[in-house]
Formats: sequence, C-alpha cells, structure tokens
Amino acid sequence: MNSQTRIPALEIPTTFRERAHTALGDNQLRGNFRTAMDSLMTKRALAFADADEREELRVLGNAIRARALSKLPELLETLERNLTRQGIQVHWAETTEQANEIVLGIVAKHEARQVIKGKSMVSEEMEMNDVLAAKGIECLEADMGEFIVQLDHEKPSHIIMPAIHKNAGQVASLFENKLGVEYTRDVDELIQIGRRVLRQKFFEADIGVSGVNFAIAETGTLLLVENEGNGRMVTSVPPVHIAVTGIEKVVENLRDVVPLLSLLTRSALGIPITTYVNMISSPRKAHELDGPREVHLVLLDNGRSQAFADSELRQTLNCIRCGACMNHCPVYTRVGGHTYGQVYPGPIGKIITPHMVGLAAVPDHPSASSLCGACGEVCPVKIPIPALLRRLREENVKPPSDTPLLRGQGSKYSRKERLAWNAWARLNSSPTLYRAFLKMATRLRKLTPANIGPWTQNHSAPQPAPRSLHELAAEHLAKGKTTP
Amino acid sequence: MSARENILGKLRASLQGATPIVDNFDEALVTAPWSYPAEERIGRLRQLMETVHTEVHLSTAAQWPTLLAQLLRDRNLDSLLIAPRTPYGQQLQSAWEGDTQAPQTKAYDRPIEAWKSELFDDTPASLTGTLGAIAATGSLILWPTADEPRLMSLVPPVHFALLKASEIHSNFYEVMQRFNWADGMPTNALLVSGPSKTADIEQVLAYGAHGPKDLVVLILEDA
Repeated sequence: MNSQTRIPALEIPTTFRERAHTALGDNQLRGNFRTAMDSLMTKRALAFADADEREELRVLGNAIRARALSKLPELLETLERNLTRQGIQVHWAETTEQANEIVLGIVAKHEARQVIKGKSMVSEEMEMNDVLAAKGIECLEADMGEFIVQLDHEKPSHIIMPAIHKNAGQVASLFENKLGVEYTRDVDELIQIGRRVLRQKFFEADIGVSGVNFAIAETGTLLLVENEGNGRMVTSVPPVHIAVTGIEKVVENLRDVVPLLSLLTRSALGIPITTYVNMISSPRKAHELDGPREVHLVLLDNGRSQAFADSELRQTLNCIRCGACMNHCPVYTRVGGHTYGQVYPGPIGKIITPHMVGLAAVPDHPSASSLCGACGEVCPVKIPIPALLRRLREENVKPPSDTPLLRGQGSKYSRKERLAWNAWARLNSSPTLYRAFLKMATRLRKLTPANIGPWTQNHSAPQPAPRSLHELAAEHLAKGKTTP
Repeated sequence: MSARENILGKLRASLQGATPIVDNFDEALVTAPWSYPAEERIGRLRQLMETVHTEVHLSTAAQWPTLLAQLLRDRNLDSLLIAPRTPYGQQLQSAWEGDTQAPQTKAYDRPIEAWKSELFDDTPASLTGTLGAIAATGSLILWPTADEPRLMSLVPPVHFALLKASEIHSNFYEVMQRFNWADGMPTNALLVSGPSKTADIEQVLAYGAHGPKDLVVLILEDA
C-alpha cells in the first residue's frame, strides 16, 4: 500500500474531467470513499426506521426552511436586534473579502496571534486560514478531521467528514512526519495525539472561530452541533469568539430547531443527537466566571442572494449541511470530494457553488450527475436537487445576456449546438420533414459514420434499421386487413 | 450603501409580491413518536446514554456523595472540581467534611483567567448538576451559571453529573415549552449526550476527542 496515495490540493489538475479521471484511477481513494459512504447510508437508514415518521418530518423540515426564507430579511433584522441587545456584535459581509476584513479587524483590535477554529464551512469559503496566515497569524483547525486535512495542506473532501479520503495508515504517516510522533495506526492513539496538541492550542488561543448550524431569530441564539467538544472549546475558552455563517442559516423560532436537529443528525451520521448541542445567546455576563468577553457574528452573503432571487433556485438555501446527498451520490462516491475543486462537493456543491463562484468557473458541475435522483430523495429538507441541476444546465447553455440572472450563465453556450437543436426540434415537429428524414436514414444506413464524437468512445456506433418502425407497423396493419 | 443595506435590499427586492409562508408547525410530529411514561424514561435514557459509553449509576438524594467518593477512589482520582455555592455543592462539602478517606474538592470560585493552567493541567474531574434530561435522545440539559461555570462540564477529563429522576422529560420540544425557553435563553445552554467522541478517522469511533473522556451520570431516583 502506498501511504502517500492521495490527490494533493496544490497539485490538482485544472478541470473537473481531469480530476475525475485521476480520482477514478486511484483505488485507495475509491476504497476509502466506498467504505465510508456505504456505512453512512446504512446508519442513516437505521436511524429513520419508520418511513412515515421520516417523510412527515422531512415535510415539516422543508416547511420550516421555506417559511424562514419567505421572511428572511425580517428574520435577519430580528436576529440582529436580539443578538445586539444581548451583547453579541453583528457584522454583515457581501463578499468573502469583506468577511475577512471584519475578522482581521477584530484580530488587530485584540492584537491576536493565535486563532483556533472549530469546524466551519463558511470559513472555508473565506479561506480564512490562508488569509490569516498571510498576516502572520496562526489559524489552526480544531476539528480532528479538519486538523488532519490542514496538516497535509489539503482541503476537506466531505462537509461532515473532512478527512474521509484518508485511511488510518495515511493519518499515521502524516502524524509521524508532521508532529514527530511514533507511527501508530491505532485510531484511539491517533485521536489522543490530536487531543494533546490541540488542548494546548485551545489554552493559548486569543480568538476562537466557529460556524453556526442554526441562528434563531426569536431568542437571538447561535446553535452549534458537534461530537468532539472542539466547538465548545473554541466558543468558551478563548477571550473572544467570532462566529461566521451564511445569511440563510436563520430560523424563525426556537421550536423550529427541534425537527431540524433531528433531521440533521440522523441524516448526517445516523445518530439521534450529537454529543453536544451548544446554544450561545450572549458573551460572558458580569459575575460569570468564564466564557468569551466578546462575541461577534459575521453574516456572509457570498452569492446566496443570487440564489435567493429566483423562487426555484431559492430552495438551494434550504440546506442544513448534513451531507446526506453526497453520501448517497454515485458520482461523489466514485470521484471523491476533491474532484469538485470547490468548498462544497457533491450534489449540494453542484447547486450552491455556481452562485458563489459563477457558473463559468464551474461549467461541468451541473452536468456531473446521472440525475438518478438519490440526492433529492434523501434530502432532509426536500431540496429538489435533480430539478435544480437541470435548471442550471439550462441556464448554462442560454445565449449570453446583458442582464444575466446568474453570474457566468451561458458558459457552455454554443451557437452551433443551439442551431443543431433547433433543427432537431423542427425535424421532429414537422411530419413531412420527419418522414423524409426517416426514409433517408433507413435507406442510406450504410453511410452512418463509424465515429460519432464522445458517443463512440464507449459505445458501438448506432446503425439504423433497414425500415422504420412506422413503416413496419403500417405494413403489418395492412397485412392484417387482407387476411382476416 | 453598507453591506447590510445591500444584502437586505437585494433580499427584499427578490421577495416583492410574495407572501410569507404561514407557520403550520405540527408539534405532534416532534412529540407523539417521542413520548414515554415516567417509569420508562430512566430505562430509555440509560440505554441511549450507555450506547455512547456514558456510565450511569442509580443513587438517592442522600446517598450520592458516598457513591461519588467511591467512584472517584475506584478511578484513582484524588481531586474533584465542584461548584461550591450550588445546593448540591454544599451537600457534598458537608457530607465529605471530616472524612479523611474522601477525595479533595476544588472550588470553581474565581474567574478562569486566575487559574486557567490549573484547570487545564491539574483538574482531573468535575461535578455539575443538570436541569434535567431528555429521554428521547439520551441527553442531559445543562444551563451553566455564575455559580456553575460552563468550562466545568468541558475541560476536566472526567465529568460527573447529577440528575434527578423526576426531571427526566420525554423530548426536547416538551422541555422548551414547559420551561418557556423562548422567553429568554441563558448565556450558554447545552445538551450533553455522552462523552466527547469522533469518527473522523476511517469512521472508527474514538472517545475523548476534546471534551471529557468519561461522562458519569448519577441518577437520584427519589429526587
């Protein structure tokens, strides 16, 4: 076994197709993903043993998210008002650059040198680690999986299990090389090594950074779920806590989180609840003996308002980031998370990323799907992912427009292709043309080219029958009439 | 225009002409499948918590300090972090007072800044109360206070928690409604459902990731 087998983030080929090709040839990687995804699918199925209960809860989850989005501006204002009243400082950022400026401002104000970060996909969008490192500030990941990935200068390959592409042997070599510890493949020992290193960092850090799973407008509460305790550490130990989240993460009422929590943990990991559900509503109050003295919330747009602008695409923002769609995706399982080349991989990544980076930057994303429908079937908040993929495919071949609905839309538009499809439509909607075409195609069948682009790479060339079905049927019926 | 105004402006423009979706929250969906008669709750809580490696002991309102001293001795833990101003903290202190066999207690009675390294490096175990528990998911409810700070249930490697049997509720929704959580949340509210764990390497479950490696729950059956 080659313990170095992986797709290093810094050396990845440039296009989705090339990366997919590389990943498909990597048996180690494919084995790691296959095993993990099979296990996650089984666990989810066991956690939702009662199909009626599951389906009713999904409908409720969808309704809660849709309701929150239907009054999003008001809920964001309520959230801000309640958080501010309780002493949490709220910041708004349209772009990741603005969000990083806000974080850097807080870092500078406190002359912070060390930042410790709990798992946060929004901070990945911001590339916060690199931005802080460029200013000479250490920003260390505290989630075990993220820590492993950061240590190897990689990006997460799964939103819930960032290091799922690695096996224990690969982690063992990494720890041996980077941390100078003795080689061990024992997972308990590996975790204890991580614990020792990171405990010191929790202790030393000037600022803790976290994400948010649900921001509750009604009570002004930031809710985080996790199993390790790193989320509690980063939000409780350092003197300053910065939470970063997307503007869509808000829910209206505290009670709304009850079904969402159940859907989230069962869909993600097949467990009834995570070890910790951490609800934060204010900084340390007078007389309290611990907790951060300052808490900040950064609300990031980064393309979300573009998805929001269209009532169909808006459903993308229902997402509660459980990862079930990737666990059940036949494409993701085979090519792995790094192939997508973006923060969010898998089906949800294919529908959210175009809003963040523009369709032109990820032209193959909407097409990298067999449209098998598994993602839509398991989505706990019923995002119609296959329908949204088809919609994005359509947007991606639209002729260029001066006022595009989506940034980078029409990136796969081709005049030739459009003309060909228009001709095809004409042919199929005009009986005269259609019959003439059929006659030609069957009578001149010997002239069918043997090489038809990508089709003949994997299939034999089609060969029309000598007579069309239409002709054969007409003949058959005529015969029937003469011999009663 | 500020980022705030731009974002809210865009969102408002996108919603023009749309009506907000009506709140049709059906509470039966989150309560009916998760309701248990009082006598079944201890059993369910215990089963779920033990599945994730929590140690559960049954005790009484009078006996638990003796049991706790024994559990600490069994684990060779010579010191326990306590919240001295809480009723149970006071009960423990008077029960252990004068008992030379009893473990040392350490009081969390000053700001973290004054003793952070001692908490991290030299505090092997802690004791906290709970606000109750949730049978549906096997979760303890903790609302840290000025008297019982939040790091008590996080930093020491072994966390002992007291739970009154009468305060085990069926589900999270019921707890929120009965105690009017929506009217005001504390600085930090927690559900704790076992010792710290991770499955980030090969999906192999390992306990003691960053929080306590051991969670020991003492259920007071007569309280």
